[in-house]
Amino acid sequence: MIEYALGFAYLAFGAALVLNLWRLAQGPSAADRILALDTMVINGIALVILIGVSQATAVYFEAAMLLSLVGFVSTVALTKFILRGDVIE
Amino acid sequence: MSGAGVTIVEALASLLIVIGAVFGLVGSYGLVKLPDLVMRLHAPTKATTLGVGGVLLGAMVHAWGVEGRSSWHELLIALFLFVTAPISANLIAKAWLHREGADRPLPPTGRECGWANDDPPPDASESGRGDPPR
Repeated sequence: MIEYALGFAYLAFGAALVLNLWRLAQGPSAADRILALDTMVINGIALVILIGVSQATAVYFEAAMLLSLVGFVSTVALTKFILRGDVIE
Repeated sequence: MSGAGVTIVEALASLLIVIGAVFGLVGSYGLVKLPDLVMRLHAPTKATTLGVGGVLLGAMVHAWGVEGRSSWHELLIALFLFVTAPISANLIAKAWLHREGADRPLPPTGRECGWANDDPPPDASESGRGDPPR
């Protein structure tokens, strides 16, 4: 049963990543592209967690944790760069 | 745990993962479909965060019930994402206002009166204007 749920979730998050990629290429403003990258990181975290569930190991949770930390810090850095023209003043 | 119990827990984990996947897909679809950045900001920050939260809860239930190990990492990741999603949304909105909001009007509200900053609501001029502040 869990295999079907995992397959559906792989498809859903893969389609979500494609939609994010479209917004990343299209996005009229820089803020759109930052938002698309932030959402891509979150969808990537979900995919990493799903791989961890399908292989029944705990290894991937550290990877997901690090990915979430790096995603948040990079979003803040990009927006700070747009707001202030510099990341660390 | 008995066989039936494992099946029920597996069904619960599957349900949580499917619900999370639907929410994640809806969030990214909203990112593509909605017409303006300040509207687009709503879809990923709410729906996608909720979707990842559902997947993480499903993974937690799966680790407890099927694999037989207690696991708290997922809850940590979910809490971190729930805390940081509004912060990053606020920063992206500020960046948009800084770059585009200065020389561009705010998006239409879709109602007869505009944003409350520029355009007072219709009944403010008739009755509300003279009321003393409470």
